[in-house]
Amino acid sequence: MIQLAIDLAFVLEKAILIGGIITVSLVVAMYSTWAERKVAGFMQDRLGPNRAGPFGLFQPLADGLKLFMKEEIIPNASNKFLFILGPGLAMLTAMMTSAVIPWGKQIEVFGRTVDLQIADINIGILYIFAVLSMGVYGIMIGGWASNNKFSLLAALRGASQMISYELAMGLSIIALLMLTGSLSLKTIVELQSASGGWWNIVYQPLGFLIFIVCAFAECNRTPFDLPEAENELNFGYHQEYSSMKLGFYLFAEYINMFMSSVLMATLYFGGYDIPFVNDASLIESMGMNMVAVLQGLSLFLKAAFFIFVFMWVRWTIPRFRYDQLMHLGWKVMIPLALFNMLITAVVVLIRENGWPF
Amino acid sequence: MQTLTNRSKQVDRHPMTVWEKMYLPAIAKGMSITLSHFFKKKPTINYPEETRPFSPVFRGLHILNRDEEGRENCTACGLCAVACPAEAITMEAAERKEGEEHLYREEKYAAKYEINMLRCIFCGLCEEACPKDAIYLSETFAPSNYKREGFIYGKNDLLIPDPKKEPELYKKAVGERARKA
Repeated sequence: MIQLAIDLAFVLEKAILIGGIITVSLVVAMYSTWAERKVAGFMQDRLGPNRAGPFGLFQPLADGLKLFMKEEIIPNASNKFLFILGPGLAMLTAMMTSAVIPWGKQIEVFGRTVDLQIADINIGILYIFAVLSMGVYGIMIGGWASNNKFSLLAALRGASQMISYELAMGLSIIALLMLTGSLSLKTIVELQSASGGWWNIVYQPLGFLIFIVCAFAECNRTPFDLPEAENELNFGYHQEYSSMKLGFYLFAEYINMFMSSVLMATLYFGGYDIPFVNDASLIESMGMNMVAVLQGLSLFLKAAFFIFVFMWVRWTIPRFRYDQLMHLGWKVMIPLALFNMLITAVVVLIRENGWPF
Repeated sequence: MQTLTNRSKQVDRHPMTVWEKMYLPAIAKGMSITLSHFFKKKPTINYPEETRPFSPVFRGLHILNRDEEGRENCTACGLCAVACPAEAITMEAAERKEGEEHLYREEKYAAKYEINMLRCIFCGLCEEACPKDAIYLSETFAPSNYKREGFIYGKNDLLIPDPKKEPELYKKAVGERARKA
């Protein structure tokens, strides 16, 4: 009986956490669309949306409402089941990544210590990679089910691009894993935030560079937005989509962007670690909950910066040609990642065993 | 080859060096350019709230003028219609009756006065042709309507508010630049 009571509280705690994190990611994705347009405007000497509400802050609501009100069209020749499954899958895989990311250390509610992480599994990074690879199905199924040449081409491009860049991304992460010796994201963050510990960016600048380039490719963002290339493929795999199904695809892209930003912050920039401050001593002086809020804010700010970088790059760099994309992926990124792995391995070996010669 | 100006530049087609092949310096340069634009002052004018300053001779939609006592100036002489190169103006004249002296300044007046704003080219020749100071081009512009018929402005749309009955509206309609005389 007691066992059951504890389990119920645990389930409730996780449910609330999941609800909260999903809400936060959706709101962030919503306002990313607004920020994207604002950033685009400012970089092109315009003002961006500023009519709906102060600074155009209600613009995403208006856009969402518009998408909901639009007519839903399913092409006659399409595979209806897959056509509907596509955007759902894209959205699902985008949201699932958030499960293993630690959003803060711990909070104390009603005498319970709650970890601010949905699931601290010891293969956290593997899980993320698995889910990321699933993301390709959203594009693939959507493009194929549309029964449209352009969509199919875009889906093919998207799939091959994501698979090629996943390799380099994985290799860059392996170098990181050699340093931390753990696949759990929580452990990685704790190693970085421990007193005397540096952020991983200091040890792995090249790895981070490879990771960020691959993250751009994984999110299908410019300069790697070949699957939706507006001017050659007519918006690519979501060409036949309308209404909220289109909205889901667009939304999934922004959620992916947010998740990649959070992941970059977590892996290379100390996660929820507050810079220049010893977290442990801060907990003693301010209390656990207050620090958790600050930590969450810190992670959020880091993620926001990376989202800005995503947009900044999008409005600066032109799109790659397809052969250039593949060239960069296979002939530059993977050898670089392997090289980075080798160097890291040597350094780790020497650090552990001393100079053997 | 002889060049016409001294400004022509030879296209540089040398193979890329290793440094250039890294792309990163070029990307950093591009990103710094976009970032510098991010903080630049924007030239946008938020139109309905802000407007550009008008030239003192700006020619917008027409108004039909009244004198100080609020009587219409127009005598329907038709000179404006004759002067109009776009043939946008039509009018019908009528004779002033007893007891209408407070409405019309002259013995003849325009019973109907229409300007088709879709035909009008806003050249201002009607303003120049008018011997009675009756028609002016105002600062108002960009009329909008759902129907073509809506762009045919009758007397109701064109007449300036009565300075006696609605002095404030009249002042607003006359505007900053008022009368050149």
